[in-house]
Amino acid sequence: MPSNEFNGFTDYGIGIGLRVPHYRHILAKKPVVDWFEIISENFMVDSGRPLEVLDQILEQYRVVQHGVAIYFGSADDFDRTHLNRLKRLVRRTNTPWLSDHLCWGSVDGRYTHDLLPMPYTFAVAKHTAEKIKAARDFLEVPICVENVSSYAEFHASEMTEWEFLSEVVELADCGILLDVNNIYVSSKNHNFDPYDYVNNIPHHRVGQIHIAGHSKFEKYILDTHDHPVLDPVWKLYAHAIKLVGNTATLLEWDDRIPSFDEVHHEALKADKFRENVIAAR
Amino acid sequence: MTNALFRPLTPRWGMQKTWSDGRSTKEVAAQFIKPNDRLTSFERLEIYNRQYWFRVLDCLHDDYPGLRTILGTSKFTKLAIAYLERYPSNSYTLRDLGDRLEQFLREEPDWTAPRQALAIDMARFEWAQTVAFDGPAKRSIDADDILTKSADQLILGLQPYLSLLELDYAVDDFLIAVKKSEEDGLRGEASNAVHSAPRGSRRKPVRLPKKQKVLLAVHRYENMVYSKRLEPEEYRILTALEKGETVAAACESALSESGRTDRDWTGIIKNWFDTWSALGWFYLPS
Repeated sequence: MPSNEFNGFTDYGIGIGLRVPHYRHILAKKPVVDWFEIISENFMVDSGRPLEVLDQILEQYRVVQHGVAIYFGSADDFDRTHLNRLKRLVRRTNTPWLSDHLCWGSVDGRYTHDLLPMPYTFAVAKHTAEKIKAARDFLEVPICVENVSSYAEFHASEMTEWEFLSEVVELADCGILLDVNNIYVSSKNHNFDPYDYVNNIPHHRVGQIHIAGHSKFEKYILDTHDHPVLDPVWKLYAHAIKLVGNTATLLEWDDRIPSFDEVHHEALKADKFRENVIAAR
Repeated sequence: MTNALFRPLTPRWGMQKTWSDGRSTKEVAAQFIKPNDRLTSFERLEIYNRQYWFRVLDCLHDDYPGLRTILGTSKFTKLAIAYLERYPSNSYTLRDLGDRLEQFLREEPDWTAPRQALAIDMARFEWAQTVAFDGPAKRSIDADDILTKSADQLILGLQPYLSLLELDYAVDDFLIAVKKSEEDGLRGEASNAVHSAPRGSRRKPVRLPKKQKVLLAVHRYENMVYSKRLEPEEYRILTALEKGETVAAACESALSESGRTDRDWTGIIKNWFDTWSALGWFYLPS
């Protein structure tokens, strides 16, 4: 089954996040990997080792860019230095789509370096969608926005998170990077049914899926990306695939990173879920 | 919410209970954050307040192992909090988080007393390594670029990633020893993975460097970061070139200040230029 217009009709399979501890292994062993996701900001540098590694990866693999600092939801205007560098990187990687988060993180030029949740209001949705459209026009690449995990909700919200996500992507006419781990984490923190979330978004807009591990604490769950994917997240992933079809999927593992082979093995579990779901359709 | 995030944590890594205007933070948080059946508005906001500080402190902790060792983790953390209160990040990348640290250390010497000079030397050296790691590069000169120019007309630019440092302590050797004594990991800027509070690291103590004049070029070669010790005349030539003097003027002024008249300067300077060129330090300014 082909993918959708929001990922450029590509069918990328299972990807892995490109992380520093794995550079040596990947460059020396050249393992078979469908694609690598890079954190854009790690490579938006002028020169040096990061770009040397990236160019070597690009010789062998397909790369998709994932950002952490566009901050579509910030009230500030875009940081033009950031966008210019991002565009330069887009041209270098030829990424078929680009993702960043549905969040805010900077105010008056001060950066939190966090992915902060927004009040789910119609006014915020409109503002955010306008910024997504402006970024897409400037970067000239399809954009998918990712739902973030969150630990707080605002009194000001006028709708659920999935209604907000749907409103934004419809207004911006953009794709969704559906992070099923983030949905699970937020569902536990905010007492909603994660299946309601997955069932009630525009499925044809899901261009990519993220899966990851998390950590349970006494009163809440934290999105730590330092564990294998847990069973409830795999089940939610299978459900999402049933609804959205065969979609490029990426395993995130960002802390206490094990060997490349272990990460790869975990990522490839997603293949089995996909095959089973697709076969049952 | 931003004001809440940027407010420093308590010594026990919790959110401050009193807001800046004297109200209780509970009251302020309750105005815009919903509680749930397990967490109050205060506790939910506190998660973000803690994550902000853990993330930025973790970054400085990783980027300044030398300064951290000189001050000790506890003192370093207090310094980092004070620094970030005055100079919060103004860049999309955590790579730039320490770009005003040297300035802060000069403005607030009490944070590093009684080792102010050593701390500043180390902060400069560690920032120079960040610049050398991924700073911009211009096309290096080759022989054809300068073939037709005489030394009294030739102006050479120094690569933007190259830093020339005049230091009072041998922080280069010291940092090598520090890095050997602890795991040398590179920071990756990941998705919204969370961070933990700064911890002291278990490692062998490293003896602090003695006072010693050291002249350094911090640079990269084949994308690896190096520091190279320079002789005084070498340093003076390079700093003069950095200021835009011609090659002839740079050499002349460097040697006029040198008391070492017993050396074959022609041969030595030729060797230096050969080495610097081979390392790719020069570009031709347009």
